[in-house]
Amino acid sequence: MFSFLEIFADLIVVHWLGLSIETHLGGALHFFIYDTLKIFILLSVIIFAVAIIRSWFPPERTKRILSHEREYVGNVMAALLGVVTPFCSCSAVPLFIGFVESGVPLGVTFSFLISSPMVNEVALILLWGMFGWKIALIYVGTGLLVAIVAGIVIGRLKMERYVQDYVWEIKVGDSEIAEQSWPERFAYARDYTSGLLKKIWPYVVIGIGIGAFIHGYVPQDFLVKWAGRDNPFAVPLAVALGVPLYANAAGVIPIVQALTAKGMAIGTVLAFMMAVTALSLPEAVILSNVLKKPLLATFFGVVAVAIVMVGYLFNIIL
Amino acid sequence: MKIEVLGSGCAKCMQLYGNVNKALALAGKEAEVVKVQDIPSIMKYGVMSTPALVIDGKVKFSGKLASPEEIRGLL
Repeated sequence: MFSFLEIFADLIVVHWLGLSIETHLGGALHFFIYDTLKIFILLSVIIFAVAIIRSWFPPERTKRILSHEREYVGNVMAALLGVVTPFCSCSAVPLFIGFVESGVPLGVTFSFLISSPMVNEVALILLWGMFGWKIALIYVGTGLLVAIVAGIVIGRLKMERYVQDYVWEIKVGDSEIAEQSWPERFAYARDYTSGLLKKIWPYVVIGIGIGAFIHGYVPQDFLVKWAGRDNPFAVPLAVALGVPLYANAAGVIPIVQALTAKGMAIGTVLAFMMAVTALSLPEAVILSNVLKKPLLATFFGVVAVAIVMVGYLFNIIL
Repeated sequence: MKIEVLGSGCAKCMQLYGNVNKALALAGKEAEVVKVQDIPSIMKYGVMSTPALVIDGKVKFSGKLASPEEIRGLL
C-alpha cells in the first residue's frame, strides 16, 4: 500500500545522498523519511474520516442514549460510544456532571471516561502504521475490554458518595443541539484535522526521529534482558512510566516501535500505550474537581491493574 | 442582544471570546458579551463540551471554536 513511499525514501537516501541502507546513518534516515510520510498520510485521511463520523455523536446525544442503559449493556455501549464521541480532557468536568446528573450510572460513566481517551484515532493510526493492523485491532479490542470491565468493577464498588457533593446539586438544563448539514460536517472535520495535526506534528516528528536513531544505532536485542517477556517487572514499570507521558502520546509510539525491534515484548508495549493514553496526570487533576480522592484513586488503581493484566496476557500468548 | 461564551477558562474559550468581538465588529453590531466560567452556570444550559456559544439564552453550538465569519452568520 505504501510501496511508493519506500521507493521515494530509496530515491533520496540511496540515489541522491549516496548512502547505503545497510549503514547506520542510511538506515536511520530511510526509516525516518518513510515513516514520517506514511504516518502523516494516514493521520490526515483517518482523522478527517473520524471527525465526520463524530459529527453525528455530540456528547449531548451520547448522554441521552446512555441515560437509558443499565449495568453491563450500559458499560458496553459507553465503551463503544467513547470511541466515536469527541472528547477532550478539558471538557471532562461538564461531561462527567452531565452524565451522572442525567442518570447515567457511575460505572457506565467511567467506562466512557476510560475508553474515550484510550481508544483514540491518533493512537490507532500510529499503531497501525508502525505495528500493523493486527496489533492495532488487539489494542482496540483489549482497550474496550479494559473500559468495560473497569467500569463494571467501579460501579459495583458503590462509590457514589465519593463524587464531590456539589455535583449532585447542579441542575443540568436541556439543550437542543441542531442537526448539522453536510457542509458544516466537512468544515468541522477540516478544522478538527488541521487543529489536531498542528498540535501533534512536532511530537510525531521527534518521536519518529528518536525511533530512527534507535533503529540505526542501538544494538539488536539490547532490551531483551530489561523489557523482554521474561522480566516480570517490565509490565508494571511500563505502566508507571506511561502515566506522566500523556501529552506525548503521538510521539511515544514510534519510539516504542523501535524499542520493540530491540527486544521489548509486545504485551509490555500494549500496556505502556494504554497507560500513556488512559491514565494521565492532567486528567487526574481535572477530574479531582468532581471526584473525591478515594474514587479518583480507585479509578486509577482499577484501570492500572486491568492494563497490567493485559500486558502479562499478551506477553504470554503472543 | 446578549452573548455568552461558556467555558471554564480553557485556551479555546478565550479565543472564542475574541472571535465573538471580531464578529460583532465585522457585522457592525453591538452586544453585551460575557464569559461564563463557573460550572453550574455552564451546566444550566445543558452544554457538555466547551467552548460553547449562547445568544439570547439559546445554545448556538458547543465543543468547537468558531471563526469570526461563522459567528457573524449567527448574530
